[in-house]
Amino acid sequence: MFPYEKYLRRNRLPHIWCTGCGCGIVLKALLRAIERSKIPKDNIAVVSGIGCSSRTPGYLDFNTLHTTHGRAIAFATGLKLAKQKLKIIIVTGDGDATAIGGNHFIHAARRNLDMTVVIYNNYIYGMTGGQVSPTTPLGKRGTTAPHGTVEPSFDIARLAIGAGAPFVARTTCYHAVQLDKYIHKGIMKKGFSVVEVLTPCPTYYSRPNRLGNAPDMLEWYKNNTIQVEVERRASEEEKRNKITIGILHEIERPEFCEVYQGLSERVKKKSTE
Amino acid sequence: MTGNEACAEAALRAGMRFFAGYPITPSTEIAEFLARRLPEVGGTFIQMEDEIASMAAIIGASLAGVKSMTATSGPGFSLMQENIGYAAMAEVPCVVVNVQRGGPSTGLPTLPSQSDVMQARWGTHGDHPVIAVVPSTVRETYDWTIKAFNYAERFRVPVILLLDEIVAHISEKIVYPADEEIEVVNRECTKKDPGSYQPYESTDSDVPPFAEFGTGYRYHVTGLSHDETGFPTNDPKKVDMLYRRLNRKIDRYQSEIIQYKTTFLDDAEICVVAYGSSARSAYRAVSEARKQGYKVGIFHTFVLWPFPYEELNRIAQQTRTFIVPEMNLGQIAHEVSCATKKQAVGVNRVDGGLITPDEILERIRDVPL
Repeated sequence: MFPYEKYLRRNRLPHIWCTGCGCGIVLKALLRAIERSKIPKDNIAVVSGIGCSSRTPGYLDFNTLHTTHGRAIAFATGLKLAKQKLKIIIVTGDGDATAIGGNHFIHAARRNLDMTVVIYNNYIYGMTGGQVSPTTPLGKRGTTAPHGTVEPSFDIARLAIGAGAPFVARTTCYHAVQLDKYIHKGIMKKGFSVVEVLTPCPTYYSRPNRLGNAPDMLEWYKNNTIQVEVERRASEEEKRNKITIGILHEIERPEFCEVYQGLSERVKKKSTE
Repeated sequence: MTGNEACAEAALRAGMRFFAGYPITPSTEIAEFLARRLPEVGGTFIQMEDEIASMAAIIGASLAGVKSMTATSGPGFSLMQENIGYAAMAEVPCVVVNVQRGGPSTGLPTLPSQSDVMQARWGTHGDHPVIAVVPSTVRETYDWTIKAFNYAERFRVPVILLLDEIVAHISEKIVYPADEEIEVVNRECTKKDPGSYQPYESTDSDVPPFAEFGTGYRYHVTGLSHDETGFPTNDPKKVDMLYRRLNRKIDRYQSEIIQYKTTFLDDAEICVVAYGSSARSAYRAVSEARKQGYKVGIFHTFVLWPFPYEELNRIAQQTRTFIVPEMNLGQIAHEVSCATKKQAVGVNRVDGGLITPDEILERIRDVPL
């Protein structure tokens, strides 16, 4: 049995999430990844914005910061630069990270600031009761798109890659083992790492869209995803309408704190000469 | 040096080591100055993607125990408001410089104004504490930047440093104060061990001791209403207690926070209430008016929020008329009327021009006694 209790604020439980919500699956995977990283609790800061996923830090026994809607990465930028020994983990949702917080997301990726962003992508605004988000698939319903959304959706992982993130992975709540492996890799990556996790919202996404209950959604993830290595040698037919999962992007890039540190040392040397 | 440079230099003197900002006229020189200077002193400068992020970043850095600042102007100040409220709610010390320009909206980017004085008080939503200070010269900008940090640290609040385009861009010779002339205050840190630490504990001073992130305290910070442990609560008693304490921690120290200077007020029948760059013209106008035989004095305040209601009320016991020169349509005049129970007379300009001594003098002559 994994010692989750070591990392939980037991007196804050039970959590606020609905039955069948994917947030708990991600929370547990996150804790397994942190355990594997062996980083002391005191040196971890978990930062979030607003939304269901953003309630995660309240249950976790780290330095935890629950910020304003969409701004977790911006708050964390200051926190990281002011105390570089902190390992920053952002927990955020599709709306928080890519609608209201989209600007901060792409710029932190561009800077390559050392932090790990775990995005719980449930295709919907859950906390406010089921409005469509930038990742709601075209045609799917939410309370603000009762006839189905007419907007194309963001591909978060591709957005992150395009913006410069050196580590980008995507998986789902069905692939729980893979999930903690990717979060762990993200944490160990020096730089801006993004792990997008497809998470079920049986209350506000599956129900209005007649996609069944939580197990049905997990089943859907199983049947509608394709591992990136498999995809490379799959036929067009096999790939059609499948969501690619796996480590989608992994490169080396200079990390911002180190770059700034280098600049600082150069400047100091010059000013004392 | 200019007011903007004095502000940046004084911030370093106060121990500020983290600045996040976004370019905007007429505040940009502060960012430019610090982009050069901060790495020299081991601090960090970052140009963020917008003012929302700038405000967020300085809160994050302050939670790590580093004195932090941002600088902006009207439109950027509007964008910062939500996170200024967060800093007030989560009690994170920080300094926000707003070099005022004409507005609303994009307004008059290169010209002075004092039209954000009410926004400094009420810009963010909810009943929140705030301190706003307003220097009128380059040297005052230097001194009040340090004091702004001192207030932020002592009371764990965002402090708004209100400059305007005149104070920011005017070039004046200043002599830096000696070390013994300035006081630098640092936030009180908890002496408790992590096990018994409560981040928002009720204390005698109403200001809870701080614990730096990453030093073993592992507490929770949220913008939600919270109890003494820092965790969210809807309990009416606890919520009420929080909001009242947040406001009380400024209200009860008002007399220590508010600082002002009075000149010629002893026998004055007319009092000019002045602040910021308008005060410069007010001094000239009043000394001229005295020569012409008018019994007129100045109440020059360096702190706008909390507002010196009691002090002005006292003066109103012996002074009949109040004149308020300000580069807006009467925002502070309204407060002066409230404080004195007398209708304050404004000298107002919103055309991007500064208020001249002549304009104030004319009002001193015209005003019915």
